[in-house]
Amino acid sequence: MVALQLQSVGAYHGRKLFVEGVTTPMMKSGEMIAVIGPNAAGKSTLFKRITGILKGPGSVVIDGARRGNAIGYMPQDTSANAVLTVYESILLARKQGQTWAVSDGDLRFIDEIMKALNITSIAFRDLGALSGGQRQLVSIAQALIREPEIMLMDEPTSALDLHRQVEVLDFMQRQARTKGMIVLIAIHDLNQALRFADKVLVIANGRMRACGKPRDVVTAEMLREVYKIHARIEKCSLDHDHVIVDGTAH
Amino acid sequence: MAEVAAPSIEVNAGRERYRALARRKLTILAVMTGALCLSFAVDLAWGPARYGLGEVVAALLDPSSVSPQVRAVVWDIRMPVAIMAIVVGAALSVAGAQMQTILANPLASPFTLGISAAASFGAALAIVTSVSLLPVAAGMLVPVNAFIMALIATLFIHFISQARGVSVQTVVLLGIALVFTFNALLAFLQYLASEQALSAVVFWTMGSLTKATWPKIWVTLAVLLIALPLFARNAWALTAIRLGEDKAASFGVNVRRIRLETMLIISLLAAVPVSFVGTIGFVGLVGPHIARMILGEDQRFFLPGSILSGALLLSLTSIVSKSIIPGVVFPIGIITALVGVPFFFSLILSNRSRSW
Repeated sequence: MVALQLQSVGAYHGRKLFVEGVTTPMMKSGEMIAVIGPNAAGKSTLFKRITGILKGPGSVVIDGARRGNAIGYMPQDTSANAVLTVYESILLARKQGQTWAVSDGDLRFIDEIMKALNITSIAFRDLGALSGGQRQLVSIAQALIREPEIMLMDEPTSALDLHRQVEVLDFMQRQARTKGMIVLIAIHDLNQALRFADKVLVIANGRMRACGKPRDVVTAEMLREVYKIHARIEKCSLDHDHVIVDGTAH
Repeated sequence: MAEVAAPSIEVNAGRERYRALARRKLTILAVMTGALCLSFAVDLAWGPARYGLGEVVAALLDPSSVSPQVRAVVWDIRMPVAIMAIVVGAALSVAGAQMQTILANPLASPFTLGISAAASFGAALAIVTSVSLLPVAAGMLVPVNAFIMALIATLFIHFISQARGVSVQTVVLLGIALVFTFNALLAFLQYLASEQALSAVVFWTMGSLTKATWPKIWVTLAVLLIALPLFARNAWALTAIRLGEDKAASFGVNVRRIRLETMLIISLLAAVPVSFVGTIGFVGLVGPHIARMILGEDQRFFLPGSILSGALLLSLTSIVSKSIIPGVVFPIGIITALVGVPFFFSLILSNRSRSW
């Protein structure tokens, strides 16, 4: 059972401390945490700091991980056009640091993940021929193939249609529950965050504004202060909270 | 979406297709190797003195069975040129392939980043002014000067690329600026040069395999043999870098370290052959593109593919360079582009989606 906690975490972008003082409650196995905040608030920077790509003060505490490299990261940018097929690009994620030989076990695992994400039909298409949404699905497969215990996904659904958004978030929620993964998702769609997340972490201007249960965190007051919008939180017929935007606040 | 489930027949289809594609790539590599062997044999057999392929093979396998004249022509004249073509073609093509990989730019090559131009300037400095950048024997002045300048240019590109906030596009732009700078300096030297020195400089910059000697071959081969295992060890990481820095880092690749290591090896790989045979620009740019289009960018296939495409391109060019006018060997730098361009165009036009 893995657990993750950020203690006074900051992150440097160049020489500037872009994110600072992020301290979260303990995030536990099976939880899905939505990281929300306006553009350039520091969500991606925080993810890169947790992954270790960026340096900064504070500590990222991981308890109970089965192996050294427990974190999987799906970056926001999926635009690369290497001359590789989808299948090769997923294999690549699996084989880092290993020998050239590819075992049947490796390939079987790729096949399983591609089937689970419904992308077997594009398996042997070149990356350059994919749509934005397909690229995001491939990127998710690349992260999952590394069998992470903590998964950081930077806007994984931004290019997906509504049906696929729900499918992917539902899939990741089930992955978290069944595999005991901690899933952090940076996301702009607050309604999806309210529907799928167990916790919501709000970042604005490089600082954490709140972290807790969606209902406690996503409030009209927070939306006005952080997003500069007038909005109400209402329940839909399925008893999910929904943000209804009335207009911008100036 | 389905849960990750036990493999079914449909699921296995991907695995089988991947294996089939990998086998196909291995076959392509085998065909390229065969073509290279054939080209090497023809290169040895071809020349002003016409010998049959059988006679050449006999000279290779049992030198005592042929006349001293045949032995001398095959072993002392044609062999160094034919091997140099292969070794230089392979080295420049691999250097170009890895430059394109770590700089994420299809224009990157020893030629376009100013390394060849720097080498030309170094050579001209030796030919025109006899200024030596290192205390060496007069016979080694030209290649050593060319090497030092090529190394300076590569290291300059490298250190700029390491600076914070410098994008890979900026690095390529700076490389192109280097080309213009060194070309201007070269023109300046040519303007000052005596008629005799001028013709020597022009000949050097055209690139010629006739400068090949066994020591030069061994040095170039040694650099290649040091470089290849290091690239092979980083094959997965180098392929991942083509998916972008963040993506590669997310796979656990230490992008900065791999870039540094690769760039340092490239500096040797590009500078050594250029300093020995002059400017042979086209191979470093086109060799990797041919390999990429045929085999894709999985470095396990792309790396040997680049070696073979570069070696084959230069070996074929070597044959063409002595076939145009019997008895005359044209500078290979001129012929490389003339032979390579039509082939390259036809590949790009027939395979647009896989060119980059």
